[in-house]
Amino acid sequence: MKKILTAIFTASVIAFSSPAVFSTEEVVLTNNGGVPSLRSLVEVSDVNKAEALKKVPREQHLIDRNYVQQPPLIPHSIRGYQVNLNANKCLSCHSFKNAGAMGATKVSVTHFITREGTTLSDVSPRRYFCLQCHVTQADAKPLVDNTFIPVDSLR
Amino acid sequence: MLKLLKRLWVIMKSPSTASFGFILVIGFLGGIIFWGGFNTGMEATNTEAFCSGCHAPIVKEIRETIHYSNRSGVRAICSDCHVPHKWTDKIVRKVQASKELFAFAIGTIDTDEKFKARRAHLANREWQRMKENNSQECRNCHQFEYMDFSEQGKRSVSQHSTALASGDKTCVDCHKGIAHQLPDMKGIEGWQ
Repeated sequence: MKKILTAIFTASVIAFSSPAVFSTEEVVLTNNGGVPSLRSLVEVSDVNKAEALKKVPREQHLIDRNYVQQPPLIPHSIRGYQVNLNANKCLSCHSFKNAGAMGATKVSVTHFITREGTTLSDVSPRRYFCLQCHVTQADAKPLVDNTFIPVDSLR
Repeated sequence: MLKLLKRLWVIMKSPSTASFGFILVIGFLGGIIFWGGFNTGMEATNTEAFCSGCHAPIVKEIRETIHYSNRSGVRAICSDCHVPHKWTDKIVRKVQASKELFAFAIGTIDTDEKFKARRAHLANREWQRMKENNSQECRNCHQFEYMDFSEQGKRSVSQHSTALASGDKTCVDCHKGIAHQLPDMKGIEGWQ
């Protein structure tokens, strides 16, 4: 019995290991399929050199929206602004209460609506984390070309 | 024991045979050593390593902020903001800190949970202190007189040239959480 088990074990080891070694080599040779990706034509296992971090300008002009429903972009630096369970620095200026005095854009009332459609007296929890949609912009080249043009009436 | 004290008192009271000059020199040197030792000891309690002894996780929080990592490589340590620089004020604060030693002994904030629960209270106390001394510890480095509004952002100028210039507001009224994580800001002026 023991002999048979040993034989089966040995056979299976040979059966599984040898093709595995062979196929790994093959994968390494063809893993990008010769198709350049956003990282250009490099092997999957290669690590690209990191690009220099883009600087966010301290202030810039209001950035136009590219399409109607686009969340407006943040035209200023937000370094060190805390947005978490305890505090929301964005709302220090952009809340309904503070926007007037601070000369900032008011948060839209659509942000007071919960996903059930109830309008609350303040920002709804699902819209609380501003930076999920509103982001700063740096002077970076687009990675992919985009030919989108809005219809004439909405331009 | 009482006998020993009595003998010591007699020795202290009786005039010595040493010359006046000798006593003066000894007193002078002793003064230098005592004063230097006292000040060195006090300064040792101003180092980041000393603060970290109890407040390690809080000390670490500064690392992501502008007061730790920035373009010009100037940084602030705990005592720059939390201990007054003027000597008399510093002594007052250090004496107050003896209460904090007691809190350390009974373990007021010795777990993460206890600290989180007390964080708002602690932060409020520090903000109140800064408000009362017109943010003196900020102003030790950031002096209003030398602010160049043309170099500041539009948003900064609109606040600094009005509320700060008139003395209506002080630094800490707006600049909270500039070196730490914030506690629950509900009910704090200017937040939410």
